Amino acid sequence: MWRQWIPFWHPGLSPHSGDVDLLFTGLLIASALVVGLLFFLLTLFCARYRAGNQTDRNHRVKKSWHWEVSWTAASFVCFLGLFAWGASVFFQIYRTQIDEHDVFVVAKQWMWKTQHPGGQAEIDALHIPVKRPIRLVMASQDVIHSFYIPALRLKHDVVPGRYQDLEIEIDKPGHYHLFCAEYCGTDHSGMIGEVVAMEPADFSNWLTQQAPSSPLASEGGQLFRELGCSGCHGGGGTVRAPPLEGVYGKPVPLSDGTTVIADDRYIRDSILMPRSQVVASYQPVMPSFEGKVSEDQLLRLVIYIKSLAGHP
Amino acid sequence: MMSDTNYLTTDFTLRSWFLTTDHKRIAILYFASLIVFFFIGGAAATLIRIELATPQADLVSSDVYNRLFTMHGIIMVWFFLIPSIPNTLGNFIVPLMIGARDLAFPRLNLMSWYIFMLGGCTTLFAIFAGGVDTGWTFYTPFSTLYSNSYVIVAAAGVFIAGFSSILTGLNFIVTIHRLRAPGLTWYRLPLFLWSLYATSVILVLATPVLAITLLLMATERFFGVGIFDPRIGGDPLLFQHLFWFYSHPAVYIMILPGMGVINELISCFSRKQVFGYKFVAWCSLAIAAVGFLVWGHHMFVSGQSLVASLVFSFMSFIVAVPSAIKVFNWTATLHKGSIHFDAPMLYALGFIGLFTVGGLTGLFLACLAYDVHATDTYFVVAHFHYIMVGGMVTAYFGGLHYWWPKITGRLYSEYWARTAAVLIFFGFNLTFFPQFILGAEGMPRRYHVYPPEFQVWNVLSSGGATILAVAYLMPLFYLGYSAFFGKRAPANPWDAPGLEWQTSSPPPEHNFTTQPVVTRDPYQYNEAFQAEPQNA
Amino acid sequence: MPDSSAVAPQYASIPHRDHTAELGMWVFIATEVLLFGGLILAYFVYRHAFPQGFAEGSRHTEIVIGTANTAVLLTSSFLVAWAIEIFSPATIRIVTWLLIGAACLGLLFIVLKGIEYSKEYDEHLVPGIDFLFAGPLANGVQLFFIFYFIATAIHALHMLIGICLLITLATLCRKAPTTRHHAALHSAALYWHFVDVAWIFLFALIYLPGRSAS
Repeated sequence: MWRQWIPFWHPGLSPHSGDVDLLFTGLLIASALVVGLLFFLLTLFCARYRAGNQTDRNHRVKKSWHWEVSWTAASFVCFLGLFAWGASVFFQIYRTQIDEHDVFVVAKQWMWKTQHPGGQAEIDALHIPVKRPIRLVMASQDVIHSFYIPALRLKHDVVPGRYQDLEIEIDKPGHYHLFCAEYCGTDHSGMIGEVVAMEPADFSNWLTQQAPSSPLASEGGQLFRELGCSGCHGGGGTVRAPPLEGVYGKPVPLSDGTTVIADDRYIRDSILMPRSQVVASYQPVMPSFEGKVSEDQLLRLVIYIKSLAGHP
Repeated sequence: MMSDTNYLTTDFTLRSWFLTTDHKRIAILYFASLIVFFFIGGAAATLIRIELATPQADLVSSDVYNRLFTMHGIIMVWFFLIPSIPNTLGNFIVPLMIGARDLAFPRLNLMSWYIFMLGGCTTLFAIFAGGVDTGWTFYTPFSTLYSNSYVIVAAAGVFIAGFSSILTGLNFIVTIHRLRAPGLTWYRLPLFLWSLYATSVILVLATPVLAITLLLMATERFFGVGIFDPRIGGDPLLFQHLFWFYSHPAVYIMILPGMGVINELISCFSRKQVFGYKFVAWCSLAIAAVGFLVWGHHMFVSGQSLVASLVFSFMSFIVAVPSAIKVFNWTATLHKGSIHFDAPMLYALGFIGLFTVGGLTGLFLACLAYDVHATDTYFVVAHFHYIMVGGMVTAYFGGLHYWWPKITGRLYSEYWARTAAVLIFFGFNLTFFPQFILGAEGMPRRYHVYPPEFQVWNVLSSGGATILAVAYLMPLFYLGYSAFFGKRAPANPWDAPGLEWQTSSPPPEHNFTTQPVVTRDPYQYNEAFQAEPQNA
Repeated sequence: MPDSSAVAPQYASIPHRDHTAELGMWVFIATEVLLFGGLILAYFVYRHAFPQGFAEGSRHTEIVIGTANTAVLLTSSFLVAWAIEIFSPATIRIVTWLLIGAACLGLLFIVLKGIEYSKEYDEHLVPGIDFLFAGPLANGVQLFFIFYFIATAIHALHMLIGICLLITLATLCRKAPTTRHHAALHSAALYWHFVDVAWIFLFALIYLPGRSAS
């Protein structure tokens, strides 16, 4: 019982959160040393040199510069160490890998909508298997939100107009808080949910028990036809448009001579702002789908195009 | 010892107050207005703490709650903390400290008060007409597209008040450059003036960026154009960059004057020169300069580039160095001093403790990996309240008590003043220390309802807030009593060598009857008080 | 030159007062630099994001009016500088006329700006009020014009303040010129030159992108 009252004592639930806790402990110890030293000196001086107390006040320190230089240097070196430590852990957290189980997160006032590649959708909840890195691809439909799992010591803002990647991994099955950490309006504090980590077997059971729905990729394929994308990108049309098979994850030469990797972000931007990055040797004729597709539909299209990557 | 007339008794008409160009009277005008704003902001804080005593929503609805913390933030930041020490104590003391008869531009000074009041009334109008629910940070696209409240009016109020800040900063810079008494070289300036100088530089250089940022935000909201709207190519993060380019230096606007006051108090009540004068002086300017380069540490999890985060984290650690130097110097000042525990000194010692905790937890937040966890949680809330309230407000109260005999010509009850100082210290810690724990456990800020496991610490915090509220109300009574019925103060109750003490209390209309000339370094204290305030 | 008014008590002498006032104006200009600086920073961020859109937007501005306005403003700055240079009781008539000339050129600038605005309105290039721009670069062009209108409007506001200052000073020192007027004119001239310099930056940022041969 008492343990849960000690704030940072919950054991790390992921390799990263253990590192962060260690860092926190290091910071706490460093601070405690500084505060201890300072309060000791303050108390000592206040007691010994209180007015009226007969004590030796001669030989005051007149030349101060070597004291100044030494405590400046000491703080600087300490700070440099803490900076380097914090930065190295930070870079581990944000090292992204590409071949993982993707889960898509759409944030909107005031709910989290998560979707698994198989089409299983959840509101304010996220089921994941333990001990396996999961890549979250996050988008916001309206304002800035922030995806925060305190147990993992991890958060990332979800800014509208772009995808954010975040890698999470939980080592221990259980139910964990999911918070929105960036103020987003009236029901900001209601935008909370639960992350459920399960053993892999339980997780696959859970996946199959969900209401049957078609995989996101096939829904995306359906949208691809409904919105008329296939008319040009399908190859049979009169307008010449780049084929999308095998594009995902590959470098694409652009008309201005540069090259981009066709990742989620590029595909998203190409749907919304098709004429900003045109593939070399094609005409900028594609209309923008800005305002015509929702974030949900967008990510289905992205997943569909991604699913074409295997095809040559 | 009383001179025949002083600045308070030259004229008693309303006109003589509202059209005065006397820096001392303008300081009083500011002081009166700030008390009002402080208690409006404080009332909002009280309601917030009552609401948070339970995990459910029972006192107010979420919309009201959001308006409360927004109002608390806007009022406290722009209408209390930023003008607090500069515009009241600074306005009153700066000309006295440098041996001048007034600030360089007295009419500008009065104008800045009117602009401030115009901005304040505009903001109050926005608040009482229906409120603002964006948080004091006005983040887009929430503020421009989604918020259904008086965003433009509130932003206009802040925008207007910004000009008042700029004019005050300008006045101080020019005054300190040009109006110093003969013999008062830069290295003979009291450190309060170095701090205010550094503050003024920030006021003049950062505030216009806030002005233009708010203008862009209001334009977007009013005309429906997408300056920061991602749907037509705008970038919501650009708003954050511009906003924090002002608002992080603004933190130093708030704390530097407080540090300046502490220099005066520590040296006076330990009867010693400030240790490492030149280091402390230049540290103020270093903080002001480096403070412009750290704004990105508010955005570590916003998706800014990793390299940018790295640089901003590094600069944030760098800016902590001069603050640390100051704390060490204040402590060293006590060494072999002759320490008197009068009320101002109690505030100063409280400041050192609270500011140190606030500064050290700032390192937690500057530290990239931990900030990912702690940002936007109560850890941040606790951290900046330690700096702003524990630091700045404590220093403000300390300075107010220290200069009170000079300002009013009256003495206050030392007993009540010490009681209030101690109560503020304990009440403050009880209010805000639990919030560090809440943050470390992961409670996000700006939450109206919260999971029940956080309740213990929230109840402690709310309990502390009750003590704090009482402690903050106390000075209103005993200082109020002193202002009208207190014992007459001598010209120099603290036996201090500063120029402001070399004229009568309260000072005559033009401060000095003869132009003072400075021949020695500051802080040349006699070891023992010549005159104790109690038996003056 | 005579100085009729007594020096305010915080000043030791007349030169002391005048130098203090000048320093005040310099500090104020520092503030103004940061005001325009924030705006120009935003401009560069978006120009970097939308290079073609900004070039396209720039091609829709009226470079003839812009250039004429630059010349008008430079000339008026010259007149003010001239007025300061010859300021004395003997030449006060010329000084007055130079200042009025500078103020008139300032007004001419505002009028030309108004004509430019109305043309842009006719071309549906005013974001938020009447903006129609089809094509792939619409986002960039709209952002360009938002910047254009905000920057030029803020600049025009500065111009109006400057014009009022010049006219006030012209009427004041027409009767009995004093050192105080000279100091005030000096500060006003600093301000006027600053507004001029700000315009030169805006001119380069607004009218020149997308017009070079490359």
